[in-house]
Amino acid sequence: MSTDTKHIQLQQDSIEKETITLNIGPTHPATHGVFQNICEIDGEKILKADSTIGYIHRAFEKIAEHRTFYQVTPLTDRLNYCSAPINNMGWHMTVEKLLGIQVPKRAQYLRVIIMELARIADHLICNSILGVDTGAFSGFLYMMQQREKIYEIWEEVCGARLTTNIGRAGGLERDFNDTAFQKLETFLKEFPKAFKEFEGLLVNNRIFIDRTRGALPVTPEFALSYGFTGPNLRASGVDYDVRVLSPYSSYQDFDFIIPVGTKGDTYDRFMVRNEEIWQSLSIIKQALEKLPEGPYYADAPEYYLPTKPEVYHQMESLIYHFKIVYGEIDAPKGEVFHSVEGANGELGFYLISDGGRSAYRLHFRRPCFIYYQAFTEMVKGALLSDAIIGLSSLNVIAGELDA
Amino acid sequence: MSTITLTTEHVFKRIKERFEGSINHAYEPWGLLTIGIDYTKNYELLSFLRDEEDLQFNFLTDLCGVHWPNDKEKFEVVYHLHSLVNNFRLRIKARIPGEVPHIKSVVKLFPTANWMERETYDFFGIHFDGHPDLRRILNVDEMVIFPLRKEYPLEDNVRTDKKDEMFGR
Amino acid sequence: MSSIAIPKPKLVEAPDGLMGPGYFATRLDKVIGYARQYSIWPLPFATSCCGIEFMATMGTHYDFSRFGTERLSFSPRQADLLMVMGTIAKKMGPVLKQVYEQMSEPRWVMAVGACASSGGIFDSYSVLQGIDHIIPVDVYVPGCAPRPEQIIDGIMRIQDLVRNEPLRRRNSPEYKKLMESYGIKTE
Repeated sequence: MSTDTKHIQLQQDSIEKETITLNIGPTHPATHGVFQNICEIDGEKILKADSTIGYIHRAFEKIAEHRTFYQVTPLTDRLNYCSAPINNMGWHMTVEKLLGIQVPKRAQYLRVIIMELARIADHLICNSILGVDTGAFSGFLYMMQQREKIYEIWEEVCGARLTTNIGRAGGLERDFNDTAFQKLETFLKEFPKAFKEFEGLLVNNRIFIDRTRGALPVTPEFALSYGFTGPNLRASGVDYDVRVLSPYSSYQDFDFIIPVGTKGDTYDRFMVRNEEIWQSLSIIKQALEKLPEGPYYADAPEYYLPTKPEVYHQMESLIYHFKIVYGEIDAPKGEVFHSVEGANGELGFYLISDGGRSAYRLHFRRPCFIYYQAFTEMVKGALLSDAIIGLSSLNVIAGELDA
Repeated sequence: MSTITLTTEHVFKRIKERFEGSINHAYEPWGLLTIGIDYTKNYELLSFLRDEEDLQFNFLTDLCGVHWPNDKEKFEVVYHLHSLVNNFRLRIKARIPGEVPHIKSVVKLFPTANWMERETYDFFGIHFDGHPDLRRILNVDEMVIFPLRKEYPLEDNVRTDKKDEMFGR
Repeated sequence: MSSIAIPKPKLVEAPDGLMGPGYFATRLDKVIGYARQYSIWPLPFATSCCGIEFMATMGTHYDFSRFGTERLSFSPRQADLLMVMGTIAKKMGPVLKQVYEQMSEPRWVMAVGACASSGGIFDSYSVLQGIDHIIPVDVYVPGCAPRPEQIIDGIMRIQDLVRNEPLRRRNSPEYKKLMESYGIKTE
């Protein structure tokens, strides 16, 4: 619904001209996360909004200063919990950059597969919830079923569903087993059909289009000045993707396009995410086809945990095992910044190491935190109902927002 | 992909031309040009980097604070800039002296700095002069400490089940 | 596709009582407990990761509604069960308490996940170390994040409590004392 619909003009001092203050949040089914928006509304139109965040501030950065590098991985799980593996991998790559570890190709390709699955899982949640918010519940039910399939693959790879803790600095903790490959292939075969069905429900649906087109549009200039990244930036037409501009984990080996929108409204954001799911599928297929043989971890015994039989039978492995578990690795002094393309945008890690067993300072560049501040600007003059679906399409994850 | 590519030498030369006396140090850890500047010059430098034709650092990727309790200048603000047109990243650091650190806000240049500066204030107590609305963002307003400063403990003392001897302390 | 054998619908077994031709006598609170058990209206108070697992629990694959919790209530005033899922920061504490106070008796609370139960891995200055510091909890579900099966198990433990609760429990001096210890007013 566009905002330029004609409103009834009332006299300035009319009693109906009075505005009301509406409080949305901190816990409200429409916010999909814990943050508060206090809106001043005139009828259905939002005049002013103010957001309060920090309702699940968990002090990640302070905790990370007291944990060894590998103990930080579980923390990154809980940043954007809809796509935890991307956060894990981003963190591992940051540590690898600091320590100068070169990861073998096979591990890089397997990581790409895991990360792209995570991207699909994340976009599925965002898009199906957008459907729920606009009144189409069935899409959500179909897609939840498919997301379970992705969780099953992760379970094979790491044992966990949601907070995955996949991989280690230096590679993966184990190779994919046969069941994992089997499940992955079944997923690649069955998911496109189900997803087409989902798209059929919404993409050309008149009600959905009318509802989302023109809702909370974002211009490219506005998006860039407010630090938008990821699908939300691309929806407004800027083709910035970390995977292409600064490739990591062998993304340069794969052929994919960056979908962009034109208006940056809710419908564009939805469509960009949809297309990204197709692109992710294609990347997974390419990675599976090209998957090289070889080791799944780097040859860096001083940083990568040895296998259990080695620990029991070899003196050196036992020593390394102890050193790594106690965090007594020789980390160089210095600072690195590494960023990956998270499901919501550029997820950066700024790590300062003083050579000790834990980070001197670790700062997460959380995409949600940075672009959510624009929300109060975006909703000015918009309809309340548009603000709700706009917020849903921005996909603000509270865990990432509040660190 | 863009055909124009910036080189580290060029960027450094351009900054040096303009801010000769204000550069404290410059180095390149892990391939990222890092320039430490005088903290009073942060606004001018960022505005220069954003607006020059050949540089166009128009994207503020990140802004954060660091606490160095053992140094003379205890606080530091780190900016990560990205020139999307040239695909070039740059790190700017500014050390701030004093017990109550003050530095110029860059919200006017990059609206995205708004919440990042509020977060830095919340964590470290670094005051950003000229910020439109500098108050705590993640913690409760009643909080009196700046929790990410090194002297404050991570853990809260409300837990009674965590006995020191169980943790070798 | 092979045919799937559809199991016979299982009825809830009747409570203990005296049965004879044409009559069945039992205690009133047992009947009420049975009725309440399968008509719980949960309020999902989802803040973080566990909330996503709750989404999976409620979704098609695990289908939470099978256990008699079909109707989610997003308003505390009509809810019977408060499901706290995810980290509760100190900033959130007063909000949670207010939500609890708005619920009408009888009310039950389920702390889902390590964070809600004990603060979990976030032993930091900003996180409440377990929601039982501010409101009484009936069932704790361990895990970070708990699997949907665990959440369902938690619900079934709540159902046990609901079924076996004496009618006068909420008026007892012990209960009033418990509420007072949390500073929650009872009418």
